[in-house]
Order: sequence, then C-alpha cells, then structure tokens
Amino acid sequence: MHPLRKQRLQIVVMIVAASAIASGLIIYMLGQNANYFYTPSQVMSGEAPADVFIRAGGMVVEGSVRRDPNSLAVDFDVTDGTAVLGIRYTGILPDLFAENEAAIAAGRLDQNRVLQASEVLAKHDEKYTPPEVAESMNAAYKAKQKRKAEKL
Amino acid sequence: MNWNWNWFYRMGSPRWFYESTSRWLPWLGALTVLLLASGLVWGLAFAPQDAKQGNSFRIIYLHVPASFLALAGYFLMAAAGAIGLIWKMKLSYMVMKCAAPLGAVLTFLALFTGAVWGKPTWGSYWVWDARVTSMLILLFLYMGVLALQYAFDSKDVANKASAILALVGTVNIPIIYKSVDWWFTLHQPATISFTEAPSMHPDMFQPLLVMILGFYCFYAVALILSVRVEILSRERKTSWVRGLVKQATHKNLGAE
Repeated sequence: MHPLRKQRLQIVVMIVAASAIASGLIIYMLGQNANYFYTPSQVMSGEAPADVFIRAGGMVVEGSVRRDPNSLAVDFDVTDGTAVLGIRYTGILPDLFAENEAAIAAGRLDQNRVLQASEVLAKHDEKYTPPEVAESMNAAYKAKQKRKAEKL
Repeated sequence: MNWNWNWFYRMGSPRWFYESTSRWLPWLGALTVLLLASGLVWGLAFAPQDAKQGNSFRIIYLHVPASFLALAGYFLMAAAGAIGLIWKMKLSYMVMKCAAPLGAVLTFLALFTGAVWGKPTWGSYWVWDARVTSMLILLFLYMGVLALQYAFDSKDVANKASAILALVGTVNIPIIYKSVDWWFTLHQPATISFTEAPSMHPDMFQPLLVMILGFYCFYAVALILSVRVEILSRERKTSWVRGLVKQATHKNLGAE
C-alpha cells in the first residue's frame, strides 16, 4: 500500500477508535442511569429515590390485580423474583397488561413504598407464537405440573 | 506487500460501475419485487396471528427489515466514507452521499412503525428508553451526514467532513444492537440472533426472512439507482455520458 494511503488508513482507524473509547467512557459513566426502569428489589433496597418521578417494572403477580368497582383505580404488585412492589394506578391499562406479564409503571413512591403511578406500560417479550401453539404449550406445561404434583 | 490493487481501482471507476450495473439491475429489480410482494402477502395475510398481540404484531414484517437495513446501511455508508478518505475515490464518496438519505428514510420508517406498534402493545407511541433513543440518534447522524454534504461549497471538503462524521457515528451501531441487553429497556430483546434459533414460530419467521432479504435487495436497487444518477450528473461533461445521451435521444426520435 502507498505510504500516504497507509497513513490515511491509520487516521481513519484512530477516528473510529477514539470515538469508540469516548462513547465507552460515557456509557460506563451513565451506567445504571441509562436504565429505563428500576426493578422491585432496587426500589425495596432504597436504591430508587423517594418523592421523585421514577419508573419501576416487573412481572405482574398472579392474583394481585384488584380493581375498584366504582372507579378506574387499580392496585397490583410487580416482582422480579426477589422483591415485590405494590403499584396504584388510576386510568385505562394497556391491552397487553395481564397477570404473569411484564409491566412498567411511572410515578412517585409514597411513604409506604407503594408506587403512585400516573402511567402504566405493558412490556412484551421477544417471543411470537400462534394461538394454537401457545395453547398446546400451556396445556403441556400444566399437565407436566400436575404430574409433578401427583408424584410428590 | 505485493498485493495487486488493479481490480480495486477498476471498481472505483464511475463508468465501469454505470455500465456493469446496467446489465444486472433489471434482474435485481425483478428479484426485489418478487421477494417484497411474496413476503408481504405471506406475512400480512397467511402467517398466523400472535397469541398475545393478535394481528398488531404483523407490523414486524416492516419494522424489523427496515431497522436491519438502517443499521447495515450505516456500516456501508461509513465504509464508503473510509475508502473515500484513504483512496480519494470519487465513486466511494458518491456511494456515501447516496446512502445517507436512504438510511435516514429507513431509520424514520423503523421509528414510525415502532411508534404505530408501540401504542397498542406498550400503551405509548414513544418512550425514551435506550433502544428507541439510540435509534433516534442514528436518524440525526444520517441527517448530519446529509447536511454536511450541502454545508460546504467545495465538494472535497464536504466529502471529508461527511466521511469523518459517518466514521465517528459507527460506534452507535453496536450500541443500538446491544442496548436491549445492556440496560433495562421497554423494548424487548432481539427475536433473531446469529447464534441461537429465533424465538418465533417458523410459520411467522419464514415470511420475516423473506422480507429481510427483500429489503436488502431493495436497498441495493435504490442505492445503485441513486448512485447512477449521481454519476451521470457529475460526469455529464465526459464523452461517454454525452455518447449515452446521444444514443438515448436517437432511440426516442426513432420510436416516434
């Protein structure tokens, strides 16, 4: 390669390397702050600030959704497997909101560490299945659980 | 190193590019139409609906291919810029210039279909999570490259500035790709990966694959067409372009 071109190639490599290092440092510095939401264990351990607008999310606990019959208020719990966070929200929930599905709520924590949410978003996963397949998988899973229970 | 660079320099000739693409562009165009038409009909009409999202998941057949090409097109643009910087190759800069508006449109399409999809599934058109925000930065990078092209009177300075911005921005591509793994985001992780089987039923995945291939072909056709226009306008004073114009006018007069 011509020495001049080699030199220009080195400059190009340096531009890319320098910008990669710079953004690497920015990403390292941002760290947790670039997260869109806190997990319930982060909220419960006090990592999430109180009295500040935050987002928290996790799996909606089965059987935890309680609706107020006279208003749009709804209470539910989310969990990440270790901690459980209570959420209170008034408004219409997204269509994909369901028990055992992930949801993210935005609002402020009150004194009882319950999130008073002004917005609830549903988080769906990266899996796509036709309804029949999902049903048969569900049935197979339930049958397996039943067999397990009978063995015990 | 005794490497033979002749093929490389020949490829960099605008005339060679124009004449060789004339031959196989119709075939590539036909393949594009075939892939996009069959992929769309297959995906929108025949693929099964999703158990949770119902029919709204079908926008994936536009959203994912557009996002793929928005990212891949950026690498192509930056590589063309680097080749232009190192070898001072005219054709390479033309490719970079033409890739910018194309990439910007694809990025916008990815963001727009994402917003349309986000409302019924997430409950919001827009969220400032790492994936969506880094994708917005990609749109600004494309627009920056485009703006720099027109910001200078001298073509050389404009090309150099665009190429440097394109190279600096390449670091955003792995960030976009990895954002859903590095941070908690509302956006779900990738369905398709190079190392694992797709987390999607084959009946839904096959049309998606056809659409992705179709978008790759579409990108190639659109890029080649706009590079050809760029070549004609920049080389309009050369004898071979004048010859082409003469031929074309002859043909038209003859047809009448």
